[in-house]
Amino acid sequence: MLRVTESGLYCDLGDFFVDPWRPVPRAVVTHAHSDHLTWGCGSYLVSERGLGVTRERLGEWSGRAEGMPFGEVREINGVRVSFHPAGHILGSAQVRLEHRGEVWVASGDYKTDPDPTCDAWEPVRCHTFITESTFGLPIYRWPAPREVFAGINAWWRENAAAGRASLLFGYGLGKAQRLLAGLDPSIGPILVHGAVDRMTALYREAGVDLPPTEYATASRGVATGAMVVAPPSTDGSAWARKFGEHSTAFASGWMLVRGARRRRSVDRGFTLSDHVDWPQLLQAIDATGAERVLVTHGFTGPVVRWLREQGLSADALATRYEGERDDAQVLTAESESDTTAGVSAQPAGDPRVATGDEFAGDADDIRTSSTSDGGPPVIRDGSDARGADE
Amino acid sequence: MRAFAELYDAIDRTTATQGKVAALVAYFGSASPDDAALAVSFLIGRRPKRLVKSGDLRAWTAAAAGIPDWLFEESYAQAGDLAEAISLLVPETSVEADDMSLVYWVQEQLLPLARLEPALQREVLLHVWRTLRGSSRFVFNKLITGSFRVGVSAGLVVRALSQVSGVSGDAISHRLMGQWEPSGDWYARLMHPDTDDADWSRPYPFYLAYPMEQELTALGAVHEWQVEWKWDGIRAQLVRRRGKTLLWSRGEELLAGRFPEVEQTAEFLPDGTVIDGELVAWRDGVPLPFSELQKRINRKTVGRKLLNDVPCAMIAYDLLEYGGTDLRTSSMQERREALEAVVRALPAGRTMHLSPLIEPKSWESVHAARADSRTMRAEGLMLKRRASAYGVGRRVGDWWKWKVTPLTIDAVLVYAQAGHGRRAGLYTDYTFAVWDNDALVPFAKAYSGLTDVEIRAVDRYVRQNTLEKFGPVRTVTPGLVFELAFEGIQESSRHKSGIAVRFPRINRWRTDKLPADADSLETIRAMLREVRSTA
Repeated sequence: MLRVTESGLYCDLGDFFVDPWRPVPRAVVTHAHSDHLTWGCGSYLVSERGLGVTRERLGEWSGRAEGMPFGEVREINGVRVSFHPAGHILGSAQVRLEHRGEVWVASGDYKTDPDPTCDAWEPVRCHTFITESTFGLPIYRWPAPREVFAGINAWWRENAAAGRASLLFGYGLGKAQRLLAGLDPSIGPILVHGAVDRMTALYREAGVDLPPTEYATASRGVATGAMVVAPPSTDGSAWARKFGEHSTAFASGWMLVRGARRRRSVDRGFTLSDHVDWPQLLQAIDATGAERVLVTHGFTGPVVRWLREQGLSADALATRYEGERDDAQVLTAESESDTTAGVSAQPAGDPRVATGDEFAGDADDIRTSSTSDGGPPVIRDGSDARGADE
Repeated sequence: MRAFAELYDAIDRTTATQGKVAALVAYFGSASPDDAALAVSFLIGRRPKRLVKSGDLRAWTAAAAGIPDWLFEESYAQAGDLAEAISLLVPETSVEADDMSLVYWVQEQLLPLARLEPALQREVLLHVWRTLRGSSRFVFNKLITGSFRVGVSAGLVVRALSQVSGVSGDAISHRLMGQWEPSGDWYARLMHPDTDDADWSRPYPFYLAYPMEQELTALGAVHEWQVEWKWDGIRAQLVRRRGKTLLWSRGEELLAGRFPEVEQTAEFLPDGTVIDGELVAWRDGVPLPFSELQKRINRKTVGRKLLNDVPCAMIAYDLLEYGGTDLRTSSMQERREALEAVVRALPAGRTMHLSPLIEPKSWESVHAARADSRTMRAEGLMLKRRASAYGVGRRVGDWWKWKVTPLTIDAVLVYAQAGHGRRAGLYTDYTFAVWDNDALVPFAKAYSGLTDVEIRAVDRYVRQNTLEKFGPVRTVTPGLVFELAFEGIQESSRHKSGIAVRFPRINRWRTDKLPADADSLETIRAMLREVRSTA
């Protein structure tokens, strides 16, 4: 029902794309992160809950986006399309497609851990399930989010007592708001970077309960003991330095592994992801009852092999989704120096490049499978690479 | 154990020296002497060797985690560290057991592993993995795999011990030299305020030079400096006391029996003599290449044939003790004069040679001497201030090492392997090839020299241009050219290219060059001929 084309996952029967990576006439979109939401499409169908953040991200194309409530069904050329919560960020959806009794679910990015800032992931029974594999190795097992937040608040309290600001880095859309929701506002004032502020306002408009925040403007000056939530690209910037003495932390699933933590060179790494870990991935697949699993971005090879060894029909699907990125600033730096490695420059004027992070997962298995089935060769940071927030 | 694991975390978490020292001070201020003794030994790098075979650890981990071996290997490659892979994969108990001392875990659980059969090792480890949690378990695993390392230098540990005890850092450093067993009694002696103690077998802490990076003229007048060759061997300290000889390497390994010809010469030295020098392979009055010395290094016992084939000697740099008196606070000039007297008093045919001094009239002649280093089979020059004392550790100011400009060659990346630790999950270990007619022949491996940004870019290239995978190694389409630097070059029957290079590293990424522009084996052979003909 869906196949990979040069522009993205295409439904021939319904003549529409799911999360296309090039402009197409008709897009059905799982969520508003930029590796799933591309500019310039003719129309966008998104979940009603995600309409606000999608429009913010689309800018001049925002008028082309239309929302549809979770669970509601729309027929597009005979294909029944509906959205179901994916638990990734506000409004993130799994796309269910049904045609003559056959059901496919494209899940985009998803997680099953609790998150008060978005609707919880729901298993959707299907024949074919398309899943991400960002953290698809058994080393990835998340600590309970409440323990992580206890650690974040303890770090903040310690810094505040020592008169230091706390700079907590997380992607501007999704992670930042989830972090805000877990902070203990009794410790001190909470400031947010401009990129976080815009999205936070939209979360509040959507009815998500978040602690009071202030916009961290240049004129505000040093805030002793404050918590500052900002995108990862601000680490080490002039903007960050104006907070005076401060401690830095990065919240991401990658922070589980010590090597990645050390590479990141922040003071603290908190393991908090908006993707499923290994046991959650397997449980989620199991809960769909799918007999066939198509695996996209992440540790595609190991996940496919594991599922096959468990007796499922599984294949890799060559997409350009990027999952959760781990290192800030590298993407832009590389694109300048790295013509040899086939990385071309960022599109000029893309405001999202500033918050762009590089994805550390394994892309080679995707590449191999795409060439074997005659699909488009996937070069992750190819000509239309974008610096996605997540 | 928990306190030690928390210390590990605290050190690991901060890059600030102050924070590290504060964590060490807090730990040593409250740890029992027995625990503290073990902690000191681990922190300064005296960790147990690997106690369990890596293959066994992998198999048991996979079984305990309920995953097949291939999935373990994928996970291990991503974690980049065996101890961490174990900690992340083996399910953890939810019930925190009572905390036991570091000594208990090391003496009762860890060290006995060395004597156990694999089946029993497995039982012990499964028990430990079921009992310890979090950082304690990770630290224990680091000790099992012999890879316990944490981001503090011995110098910082000494600073913290000095703060806690009030004993001077130099005295602590000296007490940490030589052979000792970490026990509570030993720790008490380490921290004891009476510094007049003496362990007769103990060497002095080595004084190390800083690499020369400024202009020579910044050093002032040339006559204030002692200039000599930097020999390419094993830095060692020869201790002659109580009628016995102890030969210590810079890594504080006792080289007893490894250089019998040097130990024989030492018998002619008076008691209470300590000489700092370089052990080198030596024949007919000149040093032999380092590769010759290598034949001796790894032999515990040296047979007659090897003694004949590769005779060794010590080149004496400095005199640290004479007549039982510590001379380290005397000036270099005074120590050198005393050293000359001591070495010249040895009988003929001795295997102890004075490090020849270069007596330059000007800084220009120092430049010229350095250019001759390779001909002399030296690595470069040493510059020591004539007025300088013999210090402790690496200090800026009085001693400088000035190595020869390395040889360089442009080579093509052909194989890559994922790194470890900080480079986990990134392809950072590279093999480079040069042209031999129409074929690329691998000739050197290099791991260092690229910036983080370059590493990411090469990693991406490797993933996108993989030809084949052989276990952890990938062959890649030849496309990237790098300038490699190396110190020495030799023929080798063990290498496919027939050439072995010393200390290869990446000088820079030649983004301006294509594989066809890389150098050929013939160019390297010509370099080899040139080095030889001048030698």
